[in-house]
Formats: sequence, structure tokens, C-alpha cells
Amino acid sequence: MPETTLLHVEDLKLYFRTGKGTVRAVDSVNFDLESNHAVVVLGESGCGKTSLAKALLRLLPRNVETYAGKIYLNGTDVMGFNDDEYRRQVRWRKMSMVPQAAMNALNPVLKVGDQVAEPSIIHGAMRKEEAMEQASKMFQHVGVPQDFLHRYAFELSGGMRQRVAIAMALVTWPDLIVLDEPTSALDVLTQANIFNVLKGLKGELGLSFILITHDIATSSELADSVAVMYAGQIVETGDAHRFFAEPLHPYSRKLMDSVPRLRGTQEPDFIVGQPPSLINPPTGCRFAARCPQSFSRCKEEPPTVKHDGRTVKCWLHRK
Amino acid sequence: MTMLTETAQTKAGAEGNGSKGRDNVLLSVQDLRVWFELRRFGFGHAGYVRAVDGVTFDLHYSETIAIVGESGCGKSSLMKTILALHRPTKGDILFEGQSLNELRGREMQTYRAQVGYVQQDPYGALAPFMSIQRILEEPQIINGIRSKPERDARLRRALEEVKMSPVDDFLPKFPHMLSGGQQQRVVIARAMLLDPKLIVADEPVSMLDASVRVEILKLLRGLQEAHDLAVIYITHDLSTVRYFSERVFVMYAGKIVENSRINDLIRNPSHPYTVALLAATSDPDADNARRFRDVPPGEPPSLVNPPRGCHFHPRCARMIAGLCDVEEPPYFETEPEHLVACWVYK
Repeated sequence: MPETTLLHVEDLKLYFRTGKGTVRAVDSVNFDLESNHAVVVLGESGCGKTSLAKALLRLLPRNVETYAGKIYLNGTDVMGFNDDEYRRQVRWRKMSMVPQAAMNALNPVLKVGDQVAEPSIIHGAMRKEEAMEQASKMFQHVGVPQDFLHRYAFELSGGMRQRVAIAMALVTWPDLIVLDEPTSALDVLTQANIFNVLKGLKGELGLSFILITHDIATSSELADSVAVMYAGQIVETGDAHRFFAEPLHPYSRKLMDSVPRLRGTQEPDFIVGQPPSLINPPTGCRFAARCPQSFSRCKEEPPTVKHDGRTVKCWLHRK
Repeated sequence: MTMLTETAQTKAGAEGNGSKGRDNVLLSVQDLRVWFELRRFGFGHAGYVRAVDGVTFDLHYSETIAIVGESGCGKSSLMKTILALHRPTKGDILFEGQSLNELRGREMQTYRAQVGYVQQDPYGALAPFMSIQRILEEPQIINGIRSKPERDARLRRALEEVKMSPVDDFLPKFPHMLSGGQQQRVVIARAMLLDPKLIVADEPVSMLDASVRVEILKLLRGLQEAHDLAVIYITHDLSTVRYFSERVFVMYAGKIVENSRINDLIRNPSHPYTVALLAATSDPDADNARRFRDVPPGEPPSLVNPPRGCHFHPRCARMIAGLCDVEEPPYFETEPEHLVACWVYK
């Protein structure tokens, strides 16, 4: 592992027990994230991308069947930590999260300033006044006026709430922030604003991000590298420049073709069919049934092909 | 377009000839204002929310238009008034020359049967306890289609049109057993059941996955062409508009600020707000991560006390002091069929 690697995820699995069987939401996921970089995890609903975020932060529901694999953070294997150690040493100290739908993430009966201050009191063992000072500093970073410290969540617009949620993730100075669909419920101008804030934070504070989204166009606003997720697995990873110029996996290509573009004349296309169930996923390549280029070998488990720093889980790229 | 023009003219008859030799008018929105009264402690007047404040446009037979705006700009109130779910505070909506204000009882039912509605959230729009069969039968029963075989024939045709086949597999299913894309198809099939002349689609793809969005938009476009439907497509996402509509109206704080053909709008956006919207809309490009986007400061104004003059002036970089903040701008024509409400073009 190179020194600059902040996060190294290896063979991460998160399976859930349900009435219908075991759901393999995250099924052997591997990826790396360098320090001060942003990786985008692209995927459609039900592909396991939010479960991946939860697995990274170990925010697990009760019906977990399997939670296994390796997560190295700054070279330390944090999977070995017990829940208490994880809570004290990893979650919010090293790695925090901005959940989907900021309105639901904020407590409606607490002032937002108090909520932003709370992690510093608990994790940083600060006194209330220090913590509030810290919170006001965070508000500056994310561009929320100071007098909003004493407001409640319902008094804020969607964009401001999202900024508060980002401030809450920032307040303990973690190295890495996981953003789960941070702008999907917001208007275009507000989205652009939030991405400006995130770009600023990345430059000024040297933060790293994992951005989980289904929106390919806006994901390019932050991405240094891209990981495409399909049916619980990562099917392609690579540098953003090369990914957006030429995606390799047939699913990534189809996904890129489905993006309506404002500029340019390319006619968008859609992907026929539906993703497979995660209860009994196909034994071979999980995209084979919808893939226009599939052939007999796709029924076997596809190889993970590496070349020039990109990985593709597809037989087509095996030379 | 010639074919469309002919059918439109035979349908429309004598009245409502559009200007500039265009097709005949199906729906005419005239200086529409929809204000909601605010009350203090349940009684006592406390002002109005001016959700729609002076909107005028004509929609012709078999024309597709898009209304683009951010949340809170009044686009949903405009849509609901067109669907006759809200009453106009002032102004009027004419459907085939008939004012919606005057429709009563049965006439209103006939009007509603001619306007199909595609909701934003398909799951919320379908009753969870009804099978697809029942969902598609109920509107027909309400609208007096008595014969069961005819109802069956219609709902089968509608489902086939939205490419839900084999139809028999879907009829006994309940909404939760369908994927988001399939649910939206059922919603579209329901909107098409009574052979409407107009479809109002409120953000029909915003809740769907990227790979399905284009499919649903193409489906709607196909239905529009096959049935010569007029469509009002309401959205906040400019990038999908191009694949769907000919004309686009940009709405800001209860008013239409720009109106043009979509390609002209993308090539030559005129209103500073439209310019900002276009600048903030990204296409997939890794270079995006290297630059900051130009976003106008502030947020859309309160519709209770909107700013004097142009509603956008407090956020506008090209604001002309003493004019924009005093007098409301009229429409200026920057090029043929491209209207913009902005003093910069005076």
C-alpha cells in the first residue's frame, strides 16, 4: 500500500437477513482512496451504494448476517476494532458522513448550532462554549451566516440545511467524509453552490471524500476517481478524466449513454431490463443478462482486469 | 409538422387563431394569478403568497412545452390551476375557448377527462391497495364507460402503449410489486386511458434512475407523436428538456422570465437567471472538478413580499439601479419568438 493511501477497502461484504433470504447488498467490494482525493461511487437505486456507506461507517441495522472484509484507514485495520473502539476512534474522528435528505438528519427540536456543536463535546471533550465557537467556525467554512446558529432546522432552506449537515460532519476535523446523495433533493443552483463549498473544503482543509450518487453529471463536479457499482459489486474503477472520456465496462458505457446532455447533440439511450435480485444474484457476471456484448464465458465469474491503474470486472478486457 | 398542423386545424374549428400563423390554441392562460391567503392564528388576514403572479401563454394543439424553474417558483401551483385543482385568484384559463372558471359539475368532469396528469412520484400516485386492473378501471367507471369489455379493451390498449406486456402478467399485480419505471408506466397509461388532448407531466422522471429516465421520456414523446397530444412538461432539469419540448418557459418567483424555443435558449440564454441556470447545469466532464461554478448570490425571494420591480434584481449582476428595482420589466423580443422579461434588452 502506498503511503498516500488513506483508505484501502478489501473484499468488504455486508449481507442482510430478510424474510425472503440473504440480501447481498455489498458483495466483495475493493477500492482505494488517496489522501485529499474524492472518489465517486456511481450506481442506481438498489445497487448497494448506501449499504456500502453504512458498512464503511459501521452504522448497521439489526438484521446483518455477514459483515466482513478489510478496511484500512491510514494503514490501520479498523475492522479489528470492537464497536466501542470504532465509535470512539473512527466514526466522526477519522471518518464522518453526510446522510441523504438533510432535513431528516437534523433534529427538529434542537437549534442547529447545538447540533453542530454536539460531536465536539462528545468526541473532542470540549466545553459547551468552545464547542459553539467551533461550530461557528464550521458555519464559516460552509457559508452559513452566523446568526443561523440559533435557528431550528425548519427555518432553513434546503440548501442551508445541507450545509449545516456538512458542517456537522466537519466539526471533528475528520480526514474523510462520506457524502450520500448530498444534492439529490436540491435545485440546480443550490446543487452548484454545495459543490462549490465541497470543492473549497477539499482545497483548503485537504479533506477526502467518498461521494455516493446516481447522478453522473453532477458527480463529475467533485470526482478525482470513479467506482461504478452494479448489483452489490464494483465493476469498474479508474481516474475520472479517463473514465468520463471513455468508460470501459459495458454497464458504465450504457450508463454514460443514458445521461441527457445540455450541450452536444448526442441522443441519450436507456438500458433495457432490470438489475438482478441481490438475494440470488447470477453466478456469472451480474450484468450479463442486460449486456449487448455478452458471450458464453460471461456465465463464469468475470475476472477483475487491471491495466494502467484502472480495473474492470469484464471478460471483454482480458487480453 | 405539416401533418400535425392539419389535424390541429380540423380539431380546433374556427376560434382561437394563434398569431404568426401558428396552429390553433388548445389552452390559453391569460394573466393568471394564483394567490394563497395567509392567516394569522387561523383568522385575520396576513397577506398573500403570490405563487403565480401574472402568467400568460398559449398552448397549441399537439405542441409540447416545458416549464422550467426551481422549487418554490410557482410551477406546481400553475400546473394545479391548469388541472382545475386551484381556482385562479385573477385571470383566466381557456380550454378550447371555454373558461375554466365557468365550468360546473359535469362540464368540469368532461374537462378533467380531457387532461391527463402524470405525477412526480409514481409510488405515491398509485393506490397501494388496488391492483393494476382496478387502478386502470376506476377512472373509466367514474367517467361512465359502462361496458366491462370496453373497459378491458381500453386498459389493455393503454398498457400495451406504455410497453407493459404481456399485459396479463401485470393486471393482477399491486404497485409495490413493480419497479419505479414500471410504476411510472402505469401512471402514464392511466393518464392516457380517456384519450386526453393534453397531458400535464409534473417532473415525471425526477424520482427514477438515470438508466430509466430516458426510456420514460422517449415513451412520453412517442405517445405525444402518435396521438397528437399537447404536453406540458414541468421540470427543474434543463438537460432533459431538449429531448422533449419545442418551447420552454423559464419561471422565477411566480413569473415567466423567458420564453423561447429550447435550442435558442441553450444557444442564446438572455435573462440573467436563465444564464445562471444553464451555467449551473453540468454535463459529465472530469474538468468540472477543477473549476468553481458561477452561482448568483442569495436565494429565491419570499413570494409573500417579493422585491419591487424585477423579482430577480437583488441577485442580479447586471441590475440597472433605479429601473430594475422600481419597475417590473415587460417582455422584449431578442430574436424571433424569443421573449425575455429583462430591462437589459430595452
